[in-house]
Amino acid sequence: EKVSVEVLDHLEHLALVDFRDSEGVERLQKAIQFADQLHEVNTDGVEPMDSVLEDRCLYLREDDVTEGNCIKELLENAREKVEEYFVAPPGNIPLPKLEEQDTFLQGS
Amino acid sequence: LAPWIPVVGLEIHAQISSNSKLFSGSQVQFAAPPNSLVSFFDASLPGTLPVLNRRCVEAAVMTGLALNCSINKKSLFDRKHYFYADLPAGYQITQQRVPIAVNGSLSYSLCTDNKMGQMVTKTVRIKQIQLEQDSGKSLHDDTRSQTLVDLNRAGVGLMEVVMEPDMCCGEEAAAAVRELQLILQTLGSSQAVMAEGQLRVDANVSVHHPGEPYGVRTEVKNINSMRFLAKAVDYEIQRQIEELESGGTILNETRAFDSKLGCTVPMRDKEGKQDYRFMPEPNLPPLILYDAKSLPANVNHQQVINIDWIHERLPDLPSVKREKLVEQYGILPEHSFTLLNEDGLAEFFETVVKQTQMKPKKVIGWILNDLLSYLNQHSLTVKESPVSSFLLADLLNLLEKKEISSTAAKRVLAELWKGEGKTPLEIVKEQKLELLQDQKELEQICQAVIDGQEKE
Repeated sequence: EKVSVEVLDHLEHLALVDFRDSEGVERLQKAIQFADQLHEVNTDGVEPMDSVLEDRCLYLREDDVTEGNCIKELLENAREKVEEYFVAPPGNIPLPKLEEQDTFLQGS
Repeated sequence: LAPWIPVVGLEIHAQISSNSKLFSGSQVQFAAPPNSLVSFFDASLPGTLPVLNRRCVEAAVMTGLALNCSINKKSLFDRKHYFYADLPAGYQITQQRVPIAVNGSLSYSLCTDNKMGQMVTKTVRIKQIQLEQDSGKSLHDDTRSQTLVDLNRAGVGLMEVVMEPDMCCGEEAAAAVRELQLILQTLGSSQAVMAEGQLRVDANVSVHHPGEPYGVRTEVKNINSMRFLAKAVDYEIQRQIEELESGGTILNETRAFDSKLGCTVPMRDKEGKQDYRFMPEPNLPPLILYDAKSLPANVNHQQVINIDWIHERLPDLPSVKREKLVEQYGILPEHSFTLLNEDGLAEFFETVVKQTQMKPKKVIGWILNDLLSYLNQHSLTVKESPVSSFLLADLLNLLEKKEISSTAAKRVLAELWKGEGKTPLEIVKEQKLELLQDQKELEQICQAVIDGQEKE
């Protein structure tokens, strides 16, 4: 079962991944097939595990101020800054819709 | 025309009152220099991990208990993905699958229309309370077509309180939020000051005809005060009714309240329904809470949260405080609401009562009619009152002992309000307001008046 173009396009918008070419899409398909093997196991009556940490203790930190005050280091990597603010575009710049793109997905 | 039933639900975000953030040790403080309260984790630098703040969990448990919720002994953390400049990680850590508290209720009161000042009690169901991270702040600079980002708020702990759509108008929504605010402030789990963004409310509004299914709902955001909450909800209800009655449809959209125009407008940047791709937070094990029965022996107390221990230490909630005031002092329920509604007023009232022989039922009139109206006229808080509880008690004692009349007392209060440091007795003597008790003196004055009349 192949992954549809709509789903691939949706994923590209959501995760900003670039499937780039048929090889990228094929890799995704194989990964899904690999994971689907899990369906072969009978899990009736078994609580799903969503973390291998499920038996670990969640460490609780005391409410003390121990970090912060490192503007210089934080802003070091910023391409643009204004008076110790990070600078970003005025809003999200959405990926062009599928019809407007000139990408591999459009051709498939 | 068939009647419309408006339906209002609320999602309230309350900033947790703590020294440090939910998953990091940077400080929580309002109005600090931009990006000064930001750790590497808050800025989402690679290689950093979340570490849960114990105080935030306790705040959520307290709040859940105060709202009659079931506390989930096992709750989970999830990632909610979306892109925005003030969310450096590209996801928010929240509790989508199993939140910390569920199925509670909140009782609140409204004044009925009649002039008797009677109050009616309503209840709203609390669907759940979840712990989650706050995002940073975006300052939009439209002139230079850019957004400035301050991450001081990124990672601050929030409790999201979800109220079921049991309300029907702006007044109910505002009253419910006001009561929640009082509860949070009493518990200390949040200072809940709306003006500082510590309490933010989103309203879900729809309308339908009786007997028909619920209508399409809209979400109203950007409500910055209690006053605007009622206005925004009522406007949106009206807008939807008008739209539907003129044959239009309601879009399932997010709208912002424009306080200047007093209306709701569609929000930009909300393209269609968001797919948040919720997934379990892989770096955090489940959050396990204990009670007296399940508490393991030989355990490090700093690493364990006991729900029963927290329950035993809950302070009196506003509803209990009001009942006690009514019972102890014989005042009316509406009075107890006003006393608790004004920060410090209940304490002021009780201090005055302790220091005067005047009956509390009479004292309350002076507190609510005289003192409070002065405070409101001059926009002062109880703490800023130029008339202290001692001074007022002094004055009321003079009145109670019949050394001055009620009218004179009001004049003395007006003088005391100037805050010139005079005592009530000094003002009474200055303005010669003493009630004459001497029979002979009274007879002489009356006789003089009569004589004066006869001459004319």
